[in-house]
Amino acid sequence: MPEAFDEMTLPDGSNRPGYAFLKRWIDNTSAESLAHRRLEAELLFRRIGITFAVYGQNEAEERIIPFDIIPRVMTRTEWERLSRGLEQRVRAINLFLADLYGSAEILRAGVVPEDLIYQNPNYRPEMVGLKLPHNVYVQIAGIDLVRTGEDDFYVLEDNARTPSGVSYMLENREVMMRMFPDLFAEHRIDPVETYPDELLATLISVAPTTHAEPTVALLTPGPFNSAYYEHSFLADKLGIELVEGRDLLVVDNIVVMRTTEGLKRVDVLYRRLDDEFLDPLTFRPDSILGVPGLMNAYQAGNITLANAVGTGVADDKAVYTYMPEIIRFYLGEEAILKNVPTWRCREKDACTYVLEHLEELVVKEVAGSGGYGMLIGPRSDRAAREEFAHRIKAHPENYIAQPTLALSTCPTFVEEGIAPRHVDLRPFVLTGADKIRIVPGGLTRVALKEGSLVVNSSQGGGTKDTWVLDA
Amino acid sequence: MLSRTADTLFWLGRYVERADNAARIIDAASRLATVPVPTAARSTEWDSALAAAGAYSAFAARHGEPTRDAAIDFLAFSPANPSSIRSCLETARNNARSVRTALTAEMWEAINGAWMELKRFDGAMMDRQTLNEFLSGVKEACLRFDGSAYRTMLRNDVYYFLRLGFYLERADNTARILDVKYNVLLPHESNVGGGLDYFHWASILRSVSALTAYRWVYHDSLKPWLIADLLILNEQLPRSISSCYGNLATYLDELSQAYGRQGPSQRTARSIRTRIQNTSISEIFQRRGLHEFLTEFIADNARLGEAIAEQYLA
Amino acid sequence: MRLRIQHETAYRYATPANRAIQILRLTPRGHQGQFVVNWRIDVDRDCRLQTTIDAFGNRVHSFTVDGRLEGLTIIAEGEVETQDMSGIVRDQVEIAPVGLFLRETPLTAPDEAIKAFADDVASEYGPNPLNLFHGLMLAIRERMRFDVRATDTGTSAAKAFAEGHGVCQDFAHVFIAAARHLGHPARYVGGYLFQPAIAQIQSQGDSSQAQIPAAAQDAGHAWAEAMVGGLGWVGFDPANGMSPTDAYVRVAIGLDYLGAAPVRGTRYGGGGEELSVRILVTETGRRR
Repeated sequence: MPEAFDEMTLPDGSNRPGYAFLKRWIDNTSAESLAHRRLEAELLFRRIGITFAVYGQNEAEERIIPFDIIPRVMTRTEWERLSRGLEQRVRAINLFLADLYGSAEILRAGVVPEDLIYQNPNYRPEMVGLKLPHNVYVQIAGIDLVRTGEDDFYVLEDNARTPSGVSYMLENREVMMRMFPDLFAEHRIDPVETYPDELLATLISVAPTTHAEPTVALLTPGPFNSAYYEHSFLADKLGIELVEGRDLLVVDNIVVMRTTEGLKRVDVLYRRLDDEFLDPLTFRPDSILGVPGLMNAYQAGNITLANAVGTGVADDKAVYTYMPEIIRFYLGEEAILKNVPTWRCREKDACTYVLEHLEELVVKEVAGSGGYGMLIGPRSDRAAREEFAHRIKAHPENYIAQPTLALSTCPTFVEEGIAPRHVDLRPFVLTGADKIRIVPGGLTRVALKEGSLVVNSSQGGGTKDTWVLDA
Repeated sequence: MLSRTADTLFWLGRYVERADNAARIIDAASRLATVPVPTAARSTEWDSALAAAGAYSAFAARHGEPTRDAAIDFLAFSPANPSSIRSCLETARNNARSVRTALTAEMWEAINGAWMELKRFDGAMMDRQTLNEFLSGVKEACLRFDGSAYRTMLRNDVYYFLRLGFYLERADNTARILDVKYNVLLPHESNVGGGLDYFHWASILRSVSALTAYRWVYHDSLKPWLIADLLILNEQLPRSISSCYGNLATYLDELSQAYGRQGPSQRTARSIRTRIQNTSISEIFQRRGLHEFLTEFIADNARLGEAIAEQYLA
Repeated sequence: MRLRIQHETAYRYATPANRAIQILRLTPRGHQGQFVVNWRIDVDRDCRLQTTIDAFGNRVHSFTVDGRLEGLTIIAEGEVETQDMSGIVRDQVEIAPVGLFLRETPLTAPDEAIKAFADDVASEYGPNPLNLFHGLMLAIRERMRFDVRATDTGTSAAKAFAEGHGVCQDFAHVFIAAARHLGHPARYVGGYLFQPAIAQIQSQGDSSQAQIPAAAQDAGHAWAEAMVGGLGWVGFDPANGMSPTDAYVRVAIGLDYLGAAPVRGTRYGGGGEELSVRILVTETGRRR
């Protein structure tokens, strides 16, 4: 695997732009003091109450995701370029969805193969022909980015359904500001605390036009969902009701919530519940988390769901590979953010190449075909590769393959002191009727284990605050 | 406010109060169990304790005749008893968690702390020392929760629903404690002021922590009708039925002010309160009968609960 | 044939409910072999029937009722003029793209047994789709036994096939699962079937009365449609081993039963629900 790009220190030992002060700060702070600071941060997290749910168990303690007190830094110039790329991408995703559920020009033009869409369970026929307010499908997107070099940013994954993690972005900043007020005073770091306001403005902007002062609510699957903390956190920050399916009713195609003052109309639902569970009368009949009749109210245009139903077809792993073409098709532009080069095994030449290079590649199964995980070539043994080769040959259309990327590293405070660790970034992109809003930064996830590329919190990942500043 | 949120708060109040009451009932019964009884008579303090906690038939169905250990285990720890202290605190803590942002940090810490503390105790074969420690822990936690609510909460509908739960539960508990012992409160001359009844009377007062209050109010030795007077009609005693209804009427009134609308719960609470205010202890004893009065009250109180549920919580 | 249909769906609640919501796919639409003369839906409670067209072109009614509810009765009735088109469906409303009907659903996912079965049929009947579908229909009928007690509306094709019996819904699901496995778009159809033998018993009652006689059918009929190049959608009824004739009334289509279910609903509060369905299909406008 190639040498990873370090975001603080260049190979010649000099600091990258924006990192000079951080280097100084690290050099002037003893390990002891850092350890002390980390403890302090953990206490703050516990006090604020941010916890990673281990609900349902007889757990008295709720875990917190490890937090690294060394921030990740990005210059405003870097960010502006990223942010243009994000905006372009999300704009294309929305146009793509509107087209798929409308006249499907892109399929007719043969840019994206039809079966990839129509046989995808996340393509929802219930959405065909539906006119959404302002044609916005994905109000909230979380785009996972990785960096491999000075100018090399890749989109790893688009999350167009119910992306989570934004509460960590906000809490991380809150904790950092309490702990290091001086650094913030000296370096004019772009604030992220406007996110809840931006989100609320976005949600209000996409309300059905039938209502002058729209009521917004957040629909959660309930306290046993692993992201429940985030749901209640956001509802609180937005000043909106946190509702469960049983709090809502559909009366003559109008969605209402049961309150102590009677039934109250809801105009916009920021739903953190998957499509499948939204309405037992349309989707899974055994869902007790949803609202019977919700889809009828939606189809009647009486409520806005954010995100819309059926957006999952746009963040599918196989559809992802067509994003550069999708952007070109709708915007007539080249993608600013690169896709990770991908071999689609459905294409014969690509398949042959993949089978010959299994050792170097990451092979992933596309959504909707069972989810038997992935093969990380360089870390696999012969048996695993043979098994995958067998599967790929049987159903080539179910697989894609990508090169193993050397994710960039950032200085991180770990057991053995300060050491480089691999990171990714999830910025959140809000699309309203009026404009696209992106708060500068996002959630940086860091793989705390040495050499590990897995940043997921369930597998030893942590988070960092992300600072966008003038260099 | 969402009806579900209001419902959760209301029951949070009820369960905390119920846990507190159960602790006091166990406390009083343990104390009574130390009083010597004539060998022929079976001591009945655990039957009474179970009955006062509304758990008698559920207990009997599982365990038959109560023994000290079985009764304490059932009242304090049994997961099979939805009103055991453990069940109450567990439900209260779950409720608190699901409306966590509506509560203040102090309240959350009080209830979450109590719940974590609970894990240290195991019901089986608890000695008196540990039992006392456990019971005081529960009472303290409830006090802390209650006090935090009083000191830190905004006075809005969140607070009112919590309080309604508290007082409705408390009124019910006081009435049940009295009703279980109504027979020893009947004035039969021979026993007044002495014998075993004395300990029963003291035990009633102890169940509601009102032994000292009694002395302050009446400056008299324990007399059954005065005990009933204190627990039913004395507005100064925070656990009296009358005081509970004063509070229920007040908070329901606050709610109707906040929402600009009144309904069956306000009317029901006022009419029950008026009836209590317009009666006297002699009327209760001589004309109606204590047991009949209490039975009717318990039903009335349940009716108010239903009215609140229908008007706000459904 | 001119067919008169009365379809009653009645709920009874032992403990009254306080609210209910219902989604109905109970209204046939016209195509070349089917002309809807008249059709109406009645609910025995005050409510507002909202009507929409779903992604499959089905006409959907929805309504909510609130207040004390001891029961709820929905009646769909009307007359339909039909013509035998040998199962070919033309000039119907089509909204969903054909490619969609290749998608697996939980009710129609083929297991290894269905896949093997489908492959066998395919090798026996060759590539001509019309031959293939006829062969498939007959093979299913041979393989599976009709049994109204064996399955329910939630039974998957794989389960029904493994057990070897089911109702028309299960036969249709197996057909769909097999056809899609072989790469052919296929879909579920819910509707009515005129059965002269049953109708004769029924006509001994007085069908002019609002009451539906006791000898009525207690479920609608279901079959499948598959895409045949050049012909379009063609119906196949594996439960009866034939393509739909003028005895069939086509009401709703979907990827599987769930998408075409005549009634989907929920009640709030209450309990002890009992559901009874009675369907009467009679021939009218012809002298006996």
